[in-house]
Amino acid sequence: MPKGTITLESIETLSILDEHGHVDEKLLPKLTPEELLKAYRFMLFGRRLDEQAMRYQRQGRIGTFGPNIGQEAAQVGSAMALADQDWFIPSFRELGVWLWRGLSTQAYFMGHMGFEDASTNLKGAGNLPMAVPVATQCCHAAGIAWGIKIDKKKAAAVVYFGDGATSEGSFHEALNFCGTMHLPAVFFCQNNQWAISTPLKKQTASGSLAQKAVAYGVKGVQVDGNDVFAVYVAAQEALERARNGKGATLIEALTFRKSVHTTADDPTVYRTIEEERLWESKDPLSRFKKYLESKNFLNEKKNHELEEKIAQEIKQGYEKAEEFRNSNPDPLSYFDYVYERMPAYLQWQKETAQSQCMGRNMIKGATEAAVAGSGAAAVGQLEEAAD
Amino acid sequence: MSTKRLTMVESLNLALFEEMRRDPNVLVLGEDVGVNGGVFRVTKDLIKEFGADRSVDTPLAEEAIIGASFGLAVYGKRPVCEIQFDGFIFEGFDQIESHMRRIRMRSRGSFTCPMVLRAPCGGGIRALEHHNESAEMLYCHIPGVVVVMPSGPRNARALLKASIRSNDPVIFFEPKAIYRSIREDIPVDHDEVAPLGKAHIARPGSQFTVITYGPMLKVTMDALKKRIEEKNWDPEVIDLLTLSPLDNETILESVKKTGRVVIVHEAPRTGGIAAEIIARINEFAFFNLQAPIERVTGWDTPYPFFARELTYIPDAPRIMNAIENVLKY
Repeated sequence: MPKGTITLESIETLSILDEHGHVDEKLLPKLTPEELLKAYRFMLFGRRLDEQAMRYQRQGRIGTFGPNIGQEAAQVGSAMALADQDWFIPSFRELGVWLWRGLSTQAYFMGHMGFEDASTNLKGAGNLPMAVPVATQCCHAAGIAWGIKIDKKKAAAVVYFGDGATSEGSFHEALNFCGTMHLPAVFFCQNNQWAISTPLKKQTASGSLAQKAVAYGVKGVQVDGNDVFAVYVAAQEALERARNGKGATLIEALTFRKSVHTTADDPTVYRTIEEERLWESKDPLSRFKKYLESKNFLNEKKNHELEEKIAQEIKQGYEKAEEFRNSNPDPLSYFDYVYERMPAYLQWQKETAQSQCMGRNMIKGATEAAVAGSGAAAVGQLEEAAD
Repeated sequence: MSTKRLTMVESLNLALFEEMRRDPNVLVLGEDVGVNGGVFRVTKDLIKEFGADRSVDTPLAEEAIIGASFGLAVYGKRPVCEIQFDGFIFEGFDQIESHMRRIRMRSRGSFTCPMVLRAPCGGGIRALEHHNESAEMLYCHIPGVVVVMPSGPRNARALLKASIRSNDPVIFFEPKAIYRSIREDIPVDHDEVAPLGKAHIARPGSQFTVITYGPMLKVTMDALKKRIEEKNWDPEVIDLLTLSPLDNETILESVKKTGRVVIVHEAPRTGGIAAEIIARINEFAFFNLQAPIERVTGWDTPYPFFARELTYIPDAPRIMNAIENVLKY
């Protein structure tokens, strides 16, 4: 065999809406003003919900969580392309997708108050619950996409993860599965530049994350993740490919985690103000707003009304969640969901727990123990308190 | 009733054929399970009847095999994945600990995970490193998964069928030392399904109780045979079959009857099922004991290379020694 070169698939890139709010009309997807405003509303909704949740967390009203600020276009843009029959397989930073797919603010706050109880509405919705271990959910997407393929359904499994996840074995195993078995999956990477304190350049020597697709015989695309149009178009194309039996796609959406990794994290330890300023100018929400205003789809009055409505919905959702917390929920209901039928020994343990916890109002105790502070990067109150 | 005399490999294979015929949602996946029929041939010829879409050769990727099975299960299929040897489950351990066992609880029953993870386990076949361990207790410490280990061809078939029909995730360990060393009559025209979470009294008796499971049942029964015949010993032998959740009732009833207990397992001593059973007897039947409980186990060492493996695996003299201690107390 003489010397030669192997030609590899090239990686497409896409950007439609720039940071000044200007668009490339040739690439602009056909969306009605109503659809555009709906997208804007969900982006704004996610932003405000995160901001308010941060305040609640600092006040000790809710637990540790990972905000999405700065990543609204990546989330809402991709969610817009999802159909009801598609499966959404999240990690833990996809608030925009959750809201788009119908998560109520009450359910959101119940989760952040430490209750599993709001998860009951997942059935039949094609939404998997959050997956906190990094990248493990990529393998689930392979299995769900496989199920879709077996049933010959016109649907896709869309899995979300971050840049850090691309260093995990699960990500690679799952992509390889989807490549070899030609499965209808979309791997959506929100490359927000930071895995807690680890910058992208320490995560990989690759020129892009999208190019990792090539090794698995999967299509790779890199988009401006702060450009809601580019994300939507790329996700739409990837979903169409999947639904039409043309295989999986890896989308890398370039974005920036403007806020903390979680409420227990302090980014000033590891990154510069300059970097944050640079990305501030690329903010997904402000550029989309500029565009909508330039087209007269949005004005200050409309925007103000929207803000009021969103603030109201957040407040009501929080109040309802608090109502639930104060309604004396069964403190030991988690025993009921271990096996289909509770083993006798577990029943005995539940009764023992009941007798030992009775009259101690232990649910309130857990939420009132919140301690304000910062330091520990990924975890909760215990580490914060000790820091 | 017609019967066939089968080995465990053959009866497991039969169970897979039967369940795949019964339910089109059942599929098997794993390394070399399709064309090759599995390295031990448990999935032999499934591909001929059900095709490559239901008897699937996957890439060599244990986490994806287990994780994709999880995905298939929450989607609505009934995957039976094979991990070629239990020593290789660890590549996908995260999926078991973080997802399989939790999805029912954290989704409040919205999602369940009706999957079976099959893996050969245990030693005694002079195999290479990583092909001999008895790591079943690691999974018993993970509430939410069911851990099953048959002890012979007949209960292997009935338990695998039950596992495939279970709405809980099942880790199904197949003791490879007895894959082919025992033949039993299988009632092939009878849909025999064993209840999960229920131990079996392999021999009823009243003098003392031996509790064991998996490959150690045969070792125990063989060890007892002569004494039963020649010395009129009357042991009660309990075959656990399901290791988690454990069947307290059968164990405690027997302890209350005999007051003398020996527990035998191949797995390491510390944190073995014997430790758990002793704790439960302590909780519920302490005053019924006539003697301290004895346990015969593998040692708290890594499994040795095969030249020394017979010193590791419990055998008849060690079991007899423990029984005599319990009887003479």
